Amino acid sequence: MMEANLKTNTNELSVPSASARFRESFRKNWYKFSRNKLSIIGLIVVLAVIILAILAPYVTPYPKHAGKFVDYDNANLAPCAQYLLGTDIIGRDILTRIIFSFRGALLMAVVVLAISVPIGVFLGLIAGYFKGSLIDTIIMRITDIFLAVPPLLLALAIAAVLEPNLTNSMIAVTVMWWPWYTRMVYGMASSYRNEYFVIGADLIGASRFHILFREILPNCLSPIFTKMALDVGWVILIGASLSFVGLGEQPPTPALGQMVSDGSRYMPDSWWMTIFPALAIIVIILGFNLLGDGIRDMLAKGEKGNE
Amino acid sequence: MSEAILDIKGLKTYFPVKKKGETLFVKAVDGVDLTIKKGEVMGLVGESGSGKSTIAYTVMGMYQPTAGEIIFQGQNIATASSKRPLSLKKDLQIVFQDPGSSLNGQQNIRQILELPLRVHKIVSKSEMEKKIVELLKTVELPAYYMYKTPWAVGGGERQMVSIARALASNPKFIILDEPTSALDVSIQAKIINMLMKLQHEQELTYLFITHDLSLMRNIATRVAIMYLGKVCEIADTGEFFKNPLHPYTQMLLSSIPVISEEEERLKPAKVVSTGEIPSPVNVPPGCSFHLRCPQRMDICSKMDPVMQEAAPGHYVRCHACQKA
Repeated sequence: MMEANLKTNTNELSVPSASARFRESFRKNWYKFSRNKLSIIGLIVVLAVIILAILAPYVTPYPKHAGKFVDYDNANLAPCAQYLLGTDIIGRDILTRIIFSFRGALLMAVVVLAISVPIGVFLGLIAGYFKGSLIDTIIMRITDIFLAVPPLLLALAIAAVLEPNLTNSMIAVTVMWWPWYTRMVYGMASSYRNEYFVIGADLIGASRFHILFREILPNCLSPIFTKMALDVGWVILIGASLSFVGLGEQPPTPALGQMVSDGSRYMPDSWWMTIFPALAIIVIILGFNLLGDGIRDMLAKGEKGNE
Repeated sequence: MSEAILDIKGLKTYFPVKKKGETLFVKAVDGVDLTIKKGEVMGLVGESGSGKSTIAYTVMGMYQPTAGEIIFQGQNIATASSKRPLSLKKDLQIVFQDPGSSLNGQQNIRQILELPLRVHKIVSKSEMEKKIVELLKTVELPAYYMYKTPWAVGGGERQMVSIARALASNPKFIILDEPTSALDVSIQAKIINMLMKLQHEQELTYLFITHDLSLMRNIATRVAIMYLGKVCEIADTGEFFKNPLHPYTQMLLSSIPVISEEEERLKPAKVVSTGEIPSPVNVPPGCSFHLRCPQRMDICSKMDPVMQEAAPGHYVRCHACQKA
């Protein structure tokens, strides 16, 4: 008993190595993430979607159906053994086209968030830290203007003015997405700047850069990451809405919204053309939402034991 | 020993408050003169709202003073912290009351202690780890704490880390803003002992802010009492407890709870404490203490008394004491 105690003590007293610290933090984070089984489901769904999208030409039954392809002999077939989710009005496999449309959807989510989040976070940090100054007023009034316009409407307007394609729909969604991050980070930064740890860093002589990016930003990351994981689903939904009205990816490249819109003309007789792409949208959004909840649990700090 | 390190002259810090269209001022610090000599432990005592922390924060540059001078090592530093040179921030440090909020929970202790070392170029990058271990050793924490976050250690240990951070830049003057009042009694003693040891070893000067008079008796070289943004009485610790002159000091001393007859005899005769500290927005005319004073005279409500030397090194600001 005594010896066992002594042994653990000597182990603890030494400074842990970098790899041991990494393993330890990974174990803790995984524990917090996996406490909720739904997060694991979300993770599995998201990983599955990503893997399917990347390997689309190899895992889909009819990769050719993703492009220009016509097969009137097999057009308008209900789900069967050969075409698991049926075929559309010109004979293309719905399953293949759904999996290929994940590519555009994920690309859009990644590009939109990769551009809008850094911009939004940066502006929010600056405006929040210099709360009450002219720069705060300028940034936040511009943000308010963007937030005042209904997001889908703004995206529709921008996408309609530009030539309809995937790149322009990404631009449109990016333009309407950053203000949400600015608003969120602004609130956090303007409260953290009065915290003693920020004041303390200033009194030590830390630079503005250090205070903004090393003291305040790390404390904002948990909500930012959570929101990002949730937003992937929403960006995909907005992207689907744009392609539903014909402002996204152009045919013959498949897009989920476009498939729902094309199929809706043949409802309810050829229900599979609409229902399966719509279900795919639901599954993706649900997956990212569950993953987002898991990430939030994982990054929760304070008494919940963020070490 | 006798050279002044910090000389506060006529310091005023007012905060504007808007009330029904007119602007009033919270007179948090209202004309304070205080001289702190090198190597001393100055105890600054007062009730909540008396302005003792505001003095500390103004000296640190967190607030822009409304009037007055703060002379630190012969240099007037009465400006906001953003306008102060780095060398000044190196020499002047503060330990806040609550170690929970004064340390960033998203950093580990190594990162926290690295900041002052890096900003003030105390050690080179290669010696950083060695210096951090050394700092942790100074505050009696083991080296493996380096990679823990403040959340993962106890309240007392967290305060030790704040103290280590304040010491990291080798300052000459440290303000301790109620460093133990958020902690367990058992840990308080340990921290106080450590602070006193460090003060002795590194020849530091402390401005120790507290509301605990009995603590001051044990550690301070001089004690100043504050009431409503003004200093009432300053004296060497021995003189202060033996011969308190200001009625407010007497009131405070007589309200320290004691457990034995022996201790009871050391205290001044019981002065009943009445009323509460008035709002610093509406400071009463004349002596700010006259509403609660048991020795109140006519002059007290008309004229504000000035600081006078009652005995060598013993200053008091009271009409009643000056007559005597």
